[in-house]
Amino acid sequence: MSELVRIENLKVYYPVRTGFFNRVTDNIKAVDNISFTIEAGQTYGLVGESGSGKTTIGKSLVGLEEPTSGKILFEGHEVTTTKQKNAINYNKDVQMVFQDSQSSLNPRKTIGEIIAEPLKSFGVPNVIGAGYDGARSFDQTKITDRVLALLKIVGLPAQTVAQYPFQFSGGQRQRIGVARALATNPRLIVADEPVSALDLSVQAQVLNFMKKIQREYGISFLFISHDLGVVKYMTNNIAIMHNGRFVEMGTTNDIFKDARHIYTKRLLSAIPSLDVSKREEKRTYRKQIEAEFIQNKDAYYEHDGLIDRAYDLESITKTHFVALKKEGA
Amino acid sequence: MDGKLLEAKDVSVEFKIDGQYQTAIYKLDISIKRGEVVALVGESGSGKSTFAMSVMGLHNADQTRVTGSIKLNGDELIGLTERQFDTYRGVSVGMIFQDPLSSLNPLMKIGDQIAEAITIHDKQSKQVSQRVQKLISDVGIVDVQRVSQQYPHELSGGMRQRVMIAIALANEPDLIIADEPTTALDATIQAQILDLIKEIQVKKNAGILLITHDLGVVAEMADTVAVMYAGQIVEQARVDDLFNQPKHPYTRSLLRADPSEVNSGDELYAIPGTVPALKDMDHSKDLFLKRVPWLDIAEVEAQIDEKLQKISDQHYVRGDAWKNFEFLEDR
Repeated sequence: MSELVRIENLKVYYPVRTGFFNRVTDNIKAVDNISFTIEAGQTYGLVGESGSGKTTIGKSLVGLEEPTSGKILFEGHEVTTTKQKNAINYNKDVQMVFQDSQSSLNPRKTIGEIIAEPLKSFGVPNVIGAGYDGARSFDQTKITDRVLALLKIVGLPAQTVAQYPFQFSGGQRQRIGVARALATNPRLIVADEPVSALDLSVQAQVLNFMKKIQREYGISFLFISHDLGVVKYMTNNIAIMHNGRFVEMGTTNDIFKDARHIYTKRLLSAIPSLDVSKREEKRTYRKQIEAEFIQNKDAYYEHDGLIDRAYDLESITKTHFVALKKEGA
Repeated sequence: MDGKLLEAKDVSVEFKIDGQYQTAIYKLDISIKRGEVVALVGESGSGKSTFAMSVMGLHNADQTRVTGSIKLNGDELIGLTERQFDTYRGVSVGMIFQDPLSSLNPLMKIGDQIAEAITIHDKQSKQVSQRVQKLISDVGIVDVQRVSQQYPHELSGGMRQRVMIAIALANEPDLIIADEPTTALDATIQAQILDLIKEIQVKKNAGILLITHDLGVVAEMADTVAVMYAGQIVEQARVDDLFNQPKHPYTRSLLRADPSEVNSGDELYAIPGTVPALKDMDHSKDLFLKRVPWLDIAEVEAQIDEKLQKISDQHYVRGDAWKNFEFLEDR
C-alpha cells in the first residue's frame, strides 16, 4: 500500500472580529490540529455530527478552503496553498462529489456540457483510470466521446447528454456528479455525504457503483458521512471527529469492534439496530453511555473556553489511536 | 369503537393533474389503537406522507379527492370543512414534521408559539404560561426560561424538534403523527428524540403514526409496520414478524438494500428501476414486480386480489408473488 495523501497538523480557524476596529478577538477552531493519511485505492471515512468540521477538512483537500496552518501532501508534493496546487496541476487529481446533487449541477447546462467542463479545462486523458499523467487531448470529438463513455460507466443512456439536471431523479443526478468527478481521472474523490439525500434502494445503487469504480480504476475516496451504517460498509479506515478534533482513529474494525472513546461509543450506541428483540436492551445501554458521557467528560475532554476539546491522540495499537488523558497529567 | 383510535378504511387519494385525477393512494386500510406505534415505511413517492396529510385534512380541496373513511375516535374526518377540521387539528391530533425550521414561525418566541397552540383552541384557558413551561420541560429542555424567550433560529436542530414536539403535545392529543421526525438530525440527537417520543407515548398512552423511510427507526420504535409501495400497503405485520419473516418481495428487497448488516466485501442489493409515475399505477397488479427483472411477464402482469391476504395472526401480504419469490443470486 502506498500513501496518497498525508495531512499534517491541519488547522482551519475562522476569526471572530468584534469592536470598532474589527479586531480579531477570537478564533472558531473548525479544524484543530488534525493529521491523517489516505492510502491509494482505499476509502477513508470521516465521521462526526454536524458542526464537527468534517466537511471543512474535505474542502481544504480540494482547495475550497485555505488552511490556517499545517500541511497537505499529495504523493510527497506539498499542496497546501493554491499556488502549490497549481504547480503540480493538482486539481485534476482530486475531485469532489457533493451531498446535494440538485444544487451542485448547473440547472442551465445540459448533462453533456456539465461533464465536458472538467475535460475542457484539463483535457481528455488517453485512458480512463486513476492518476493518468500522460498526454491529454483538447479535441472536441474526443471530449464528446469521453462524455458518452463516462455516462456509460455510470449507467446512463447516451441521450442523457442533451438533457438537463431537473429531468433526473436524485440517484441519477448523484451518478452524474460522479461521472463529472471521474472525468479528469482523479486519484482521490472527496465524497461529502454522497448518499444521505437518497432512498435506501437508490443509495445501494450509488454505493455499489462507488465500490465498482474503486475496484476498476483504483480511486481513493475520502468518504464524509454521519451515517455509521454506510461508513462501516464503505471504508477501510475511519476517524471520528468532534468539535474540530479527532477523538478516535483506526481501521473500520478497530472502531466498530473496539471503540474506546466515550464519544465513539455514544455515536455507535445511537445507530438504530434492525434487531427488534434487542431494542429495550439497546435503549438502556444508550442511556447509560449518555449518562457516562455527561458525568465523565473530564476524563475525555479538556476545557477550552466553552468548548470541550479532545485530548491529543495516543496510540493503543499500530492502527488504533484514541484521544485519552495522559497518565498522570 | 373496539379501542381503535384511528380507523382508515378504503382510503383513496387522487390529485388533479392537468385536469385529470391521478390516484396517489389506492384503497388503504390501516388502524391504530391507543398506546400503539404504527409505522408507515416506503420510498419517496410511495404515498406515506400523502396519507398523513389526509388524516390532518391538509390537502388542497380543489385539487384533491379523498374517498373512503377515516375515523378518529369514531368521528368521520373525510368530508369535513376547514373549520370542522380545526376542532381536531392540534387538539386530538398532533403533528411533528421533518423540518422544524420551516414549520416554526421565525418571528415568534418559542414560548409564545407554544402558548398560541394552547390559546388558539381555548381562549379561556388558564395558567397558560405555567402550561407552556411544563411542556418545555416535558420535552427534555433544561433551560426552560431562556429557551422560551428565544427565536427558532437561535436553537439547534434537535432543540427545534423538541419544540415542535412540545407544540404537538400542547393539547394532549390522542394521536400523534410524526412525519420523518428525525431524518434531518444527527444520529445521537435522533436517538434522543426517538426516546423522547417513545417516553411521551407511554406516559400519555397516545397512538403514534410514524412515517419514515429508515428501517432502523422502524425497528427501534414501531409495534406494527405497514410497508407502502406505489400508494398501497404491500405488507403489514407486527414489528418482529416483519423483520424476522419478511414476505413481500418489496419488503425483502428493502431489507437487503440496507448496508448496516452487510459485509463490506459483498455487493448491496440495489432495487432496479424507480417508483412508477402516478399515471402508470395500475393497482390491479402488484406494481413492485416490475422492478424484479428476473420474473416472467405473466407473473408481473398477473391480476391480484385487491385485499391483503392474511398469512398468520396480524401478518398481511399483497398478492401471491411472495410465495415463491427468490432473489436471483440465491437461486
